Amino acid sequence: MIPESSEYKVPGADDAAIQGDILATLGRDTKMVSAALDHIARLAGKPLATLDDAKREAVVQEFRASGGAPAATLARVILQCYYRDDRVLRSLGLEPRAPFPKGHVLEDGDWSLLDPVKARPARLREAR
Amino acid sequence: MNQPVDVLIIGAGASGAAVAWSLAETKMHILCLDQGGWMKQAEYPSTGRDWEAKFYGEWSTSPNIRGRPEDYPINDDNSPIKVVNFNGVGGSTIMYTAHWPRLHPSDFKVKTLDGVADDWPIDYDALTPFFEENDRMMGVSGLSGDPKSPLTHPPMPPQPLGLSGPLIGKAMNKLGWHWWPSDTTVATTDYEGRARCINLGHCTPACAQGAKASTDITYWPHAIRAGVELKTHCRVREITTNEHGMASGVVYYDQDGVEQFQAAEVVIIACNGVGTPRLLLNSASGKFPNGLANSSGLVGKNLMFHPYAQIYGFVKEPTDSNRAPPTCLWSKEFYDTDISRGFVRGYGIQFGRGAGPVFEAVASEQKGILPWGKDHHRVFRKLNGHRLHVSAICEDLPEEHNRVTLDPVLKDSHGIPAPRIDYTISENSRKMMEHGLARGREILEAAGASDICTNSPIPWGGWHLLGTARMGTDPQRSVVNEWGRSHDVKNLFIVDGSVFVTSGGVNPTSTIQAIALYVADQMKQRLANLFD
Repeated sequence: MIPESSEYKVPGADDAAIQGDILATLGRDTKMVSAALDHIARLAGKPLATLDDAKREAVVQEFRASGGAPAATLARVILQCYYRDDRVLRSLGLEPRAPFPKGHVLEDGDWSLLDPVKARPARLREAR
Repeated sequence: MNQPVDVLIIGAGASGAAVAWSLAETKMHILCLDQGGWMKQAEYPSTGRDWEAKFYGEWSTSPNIRGRPEDYPINDDNSPIKVVNFNGVGGSTIMYTAHWPRLHPSDFKVKTLDGVADDWPIDYDALTPFFEENDRMMGVSGLSGDPKSPLTHPPMPPQPLGLSGPLIGKAMNKLGWHWWPSDTTVATTDYEGRARCINLGHCTPACAQGAKASTDITYWPHAIRAGVELKTHCRVREITTNEHGMASGVVYYDQDGVEQFQAAEVVIIACNGVGTPRLLLNSASGKFPNGLANSSGLVGKNLMFHPYAQIYGFVKEPTDSNRAPPTCLWSKEFYDTDISRGFVRGYGIQFGRGAGPVFEAVASEQKGILPWGKDHHRVFRKLNGHRLHVSAICEDLPEEHNRVTLDPVLKDSHGIPAPRIDYTISENSRKMMEHGLARGREILEAAGASDICTNSPIPWGGWHLLGTARMGTDPQRSVVNEWGRSHDVKNLFIVDGSVFVTSGGVNPTSTIQAIALYVADQMKQRLANLFD
């Protein structure tokens, strides 16, 4: 689903730490993810990793198209763990941390952009 | 045996907190029951590394997905818009965007102005002092002087424009369309014991900083200091009545699941547009076989949601992503009726600053614009941190077939029948949504966005639960009178979004709370003859 990339210096979603995070935090998604994995197994007919690239790609595409809520859940579970991995966040230029308590600094922005709006006459529909 | 109280309020959310605080000065014995508990800011999602993942589970906006013990299930299978809410002290003010527009004066005269729906029995002027009082109590930030909105006086300056605001402002200026910094209940300075916003970004599922106003940290501390009693984890099953047809109290389950009776002289319902009709319908009795306060047959009917037509795209410039409160700007360009558009009434526009990386990945993968495989990383870097949202909040008109009833099968954890929603989007609303999407596309294109996607309606967008116990002067056409008292039960009041006659095209919480304060004021003025 998400391969390792030397260009972006990120692991793949099959990285051991990310897989460990997925397994440790499946929780309420376990049933749906199990259903998704069963669906993949049915489509592949044998372990997915043993298929050649073309067949594996075809199975994955069919899985996403026909997998419904379980497939969506599996995708989401992988993505939510992948995109909180320290290495991935650093690659995106993001600090690997919770938002609280540091928060973020927000630019004030160019308030003169509002001048044309202020220059227009007030126009509030009357209630009578 | 519980001691009888003078006033019993059901629900500690937006309206229940406001009415409790306002009535506290009467020195009556006031008790509020809420099915949820006090929230702990230290446990809010933005305190953890899994802050985005929680939005898909225990901090989902949908009670059906969230499934906390405080939640009750809702059968919304027969609705394209799913109900979202939060149950606990603070109610849905715990989990909302803090966008803070008011209904416009013209929203109270829909029948007179546009020949549809009904006029309200009250007008904007009646609510003006309560809007102002509520803004002070909740703590509002914004910029006074919006030429296309009612005049407000926010006690705090507006949120910074950030990176996204100027992109939106330039696009709107290019089109010659109105835009303005939103009034929000995000504190931009330290305010009344609340620390200022530090841009945690993940505001909707509760603010760990306490900068976003929720009534557990605004109204309730004041109300409790003034003597109001609040009991948590108490789920009301039904309102009981006496031989005179007056409310006598409520039956509820306490935190140990033990059935209790609480007698009261006055009962005030503050459970919003789904919880309130559910409670009234569950309070059917021999004297009130169709549900309490339902001689009109309108309890649960005329449900209005505000269908959201959302369109978003991705610009080359960086946007605020998750570095800022999600909303900061609005537009009222298409708020008023223009028959040439093919529909009556209109919509407000709410602009979104962006999203965090997990949300971006999940949403874009589901939309099919983020591929799996070797191109994933390149595409994700084009999308992440570059998103802009435009959402049209479409005014939903009241239709009796859009309704809340009791589900014949589904029950909550106490065995109380759950609500069922039957709702369809009207032709007028559909045309309005299409118009909103088309204008939104123009805005995004003016901003230089590509990869444009839509969510119309936003499926889990049933934030605004309105109209299911409407106010009016005619007992045959309304559930409560013009000051919130049931036509049928003279000591029963409703103060939440269910009393709305029409919905306007804006987020309703400011108006809901202004109405709650207005009803409280009316009660205080009439204490000597409240039941006449």
